[in-house]
Amino acid sequence: MSERETAGASGSGRHFTDRSTDHSPDLATGGATRDPSAHREEPEADYGHELVPGLTHTPRRTDIDPKAAKRAERQVLGLFLLSVAGTLVFFIGFYAVQLDSAENVGLSTKLLGGGLGLALFCIGAAAIHWARKLMSGEEVVQERHRLRSSDEERAAVIKDFQRGVEDSGVPRRKAILGGLVAATAPLLLTPIVLLRDLGPLPGRKLRETVWTEGVRILSDVTERPVRVADIPIGGYVAAIPETLLDLPHEGSAQLAERGKSAVMLMRLRPEEIVSQQGDNWGYEGVLCYSRICTHVGCPLGLYEQTTHHMLCPCHQSTFDIADSGRVVFGPAARDLPQLAITVDNDGYLVAKQGFTEPVGPSFWERG
Amino acid sequence: MAAAVVVLLALLVTGGAYAVLASASRAEANARAAQSLQIDEGRELFLENCSSCHGLRSEGTSDGPTLIGVGAAAVDFQVGTGRMPLAAPGVQAKQGPVQFTAEEIAALAAYIASLSPGPAIPTEEQLAYEDANLGEGGELFRTNCATCHNFAGQGGALTQGKYAPSLEGVDPKRIYEAMLTGPEAMPEFADTTLTPEAKQAIIKYLKTIEAQPDPGGVGLGRIGPVSEGLAAWLIGIGALIAVAVWIGARSS
Repeated sequence: MSERETAGASGSGRHFTDRSTDHSPDLATGGATRDPSAHREEPEADYGHELVPGLTHTPRRTDIDPKAAKRAERQVLGLFLLSVAGTLVFFIGFYAVQLDSAENVGLSTKLLGGGLGLALFCIGAAAIHWARKLMSGEEVVQERHRLRSSDEERAAVIKDFQRGVEDSGVPRRKAILGGLVAATAPLLLTPIVLLRDLGPLPGRKLRETVWTEGVRILSDVTERPVRVADIPIGGYVAAIPETLLDLPHEGSAQLAERGKSAVMLMRLRPEEIVSQQGDNWGYEGVLCYSRICTHVGCPLGLYEQTTHHMLCPCHQSTFDIADSGRVVFGPAARDLPQLAITVDNDGYLVAKQGFTEPVGPSFWERG
Repeated sequence: MAAAVVVLLALLVTGGAYAVLASASRAEANARAAQSLQIDEGRELFLENCSSCHGLRSEGTSDGPTLIGVGAAAVDFQVGTGRMPLAAPGVQAKQGPVQFTAEEIAALAAYIASLSPGPAIPTEEQLAYEDANLGEGGELFRTNCATCHNFAGQGGALTQGKYAPSLEGVDPKRIYEAMLTGPEAMPEFADTTLTPEAKQAIIKYLKTIEAQPDPGGVGLGRIGPVSEGLAAWLIGIGALIAVAVWIGARSS
C-alpha cells in the first residue's frame, strides 16, 4: 500500500512528458512508447499508479483473477466455435434446402443470410472480446511532434512564392492578367448552356390539360360515363376525361396527360358545401377536383367522407373538399384546383370548362 | 252430351286454376308474414340495443348517425364484424366480438332495410370472385383503395387517430359490403360507379396477393423501400452503435 502511495505521489512529476515544449526529432518517429521509468521502478503486477496524467489505471478482473481470465478465454473460444456453426448453417442453406417452392426459397435465403451473418459477427466479436479481456489493458502515450512547420521552412515557402510572382511578370504586364480573366469568365457559362440539352422546353404543356367544355367524365379504369344519381352521398369516384382515351396508348402521351388531367368526383350534401372556387361549379352536391396534389404531384385519394378532408398519401397535405379545396394541413402551398362540371343532354357529368389554373405542383414560371 | 263435357271441363279448369292461384298467394302471404315477423323482431332488437344512439326511428341523434338509407349491407357489416353496438365512444368503431346471432343480425338488417331503400347484402353470386379479372383488380385497387389501405392491403393511418384497417384475411363479403356502404370515414363505392365485376376483381387481387409468399425474407408490411429502409437504418444502425459502444467501453 505504501509503495503504491509513493508511486502515485511522485508519479505526476516523474512520468509527465511536457509535449508543448518537447518536440525533438527523435520523438517524431511516433509509435507507442511506454514511459520506461514506470516499468523500471514498479513491479509488473502493481496497478493503480498513473501511467498517463489524469488517468488512474484500474485493473480488470481478468488481470487479477486467473479464473476470470480462463473464463474469458473459453468465451473467446466459444465465439469462434459459434462462427463455425454459422458457416455450417450457411452450407445447409445452400446445399440441403431444395428450391422447389417459394417457402423453401425463403428458408434458404434466411439460412444463407443468417448463417453468414452469424459466422462473420462471431469472428469479430471473439477478436474484440479477446483484446478487451486478455490482451494488455494498460494505457499508453503516443508522442507526436507539433504540426506547425519550423520558421525556416515557412520563410523558404514564402520566398519561393514571391520568386514565382516576380518571374511571371504579373506586376508589370497587367494586360496578361486581364486576358486570363477574359478567357475563363465565358468558360464558366458553358455548363449553364449545357442544361438546355436536358430536353425541349415545356411550353404551355404545364398549363393545359385535355379538359375542355363538354368533355365527359369517365370513371378511371372501368372507363364508364357517370350520372349524378350513380354517386351516393359520401361517394367517391376516381375519374379521367373521355378525351384522354383519344391519345395513343403506346408511348408516353396518354400517361403524361393522365398525370395532369386525373380528377375525382365526390358527392356531399349540398348544405355541407361551404364554398366552391366558382359559382355553381359543382352539380347537385357533386364536386370535381384535380387528383394531383399541389405539393409535388402525388396522386390524391385518401378521402374521409365524414370530414370531407382529402389527404395526400405522400406528405399528408390535407385539402378541405367542402371549402374550395383549401389547404388545411401539410406542405402544399396552393388550394386544389376545382373543375367546373354540369350534365349533358344524356344526363352524364361533363366539364363545364377546362381548368382555369395549372394543376399539380408549382413550377418556376408559374407565377 | 257435348254440353255436359264442356261444362265439366270448364269446372275442372276453373277449379284447378283457383287451387293453384290460391296456394300461390298463400305461399306469398306466408313469406310476407315471415318477413314482417322478421322485421318485427328486428325492430324489437333495434329498440333495445341501437335506439339510444341512433334514435327511436333511426333518425340519428347527437350520439349516432341516422340509419335512413344505409341499407341491410351496412347493418350486416357493422354488426357482423362486432363494430356495432359500439363498445366505447371514440374516433372510430373498433372491430370486436360479434354480439348477435346470424338470425338476429338478419332481423336487424331486414328492419333497417324496411325503413328506406339502401344497398342490400351481397349475394353468393355477387361474391363469386374466382373468375374476375386480376389485372384490372390490381389497377382498380391502386386507383381507388391503395391511398388509404396501402397497395398491399395492409392498412394505414388516417387523421386524428382514425385508421384504414388491414384487409389481410378479411372475408370477401365484408370487403364487398365495406365498398358498398362506406363505413366510418371510408367513401361509398356504389355498384353504379364501381360495378360488381370491378368489386370482384378487387377482392380477387386482395386474395391473390394475400396468398403470395415472401421468398426474400420478412415482408415488413410489403410496403417496399420505406419500411425496409426504416428497419435497416433503425435496427442496423442501432446494432452498429451498440457494438461500437461495446468496443469503446472500458473493460471491467
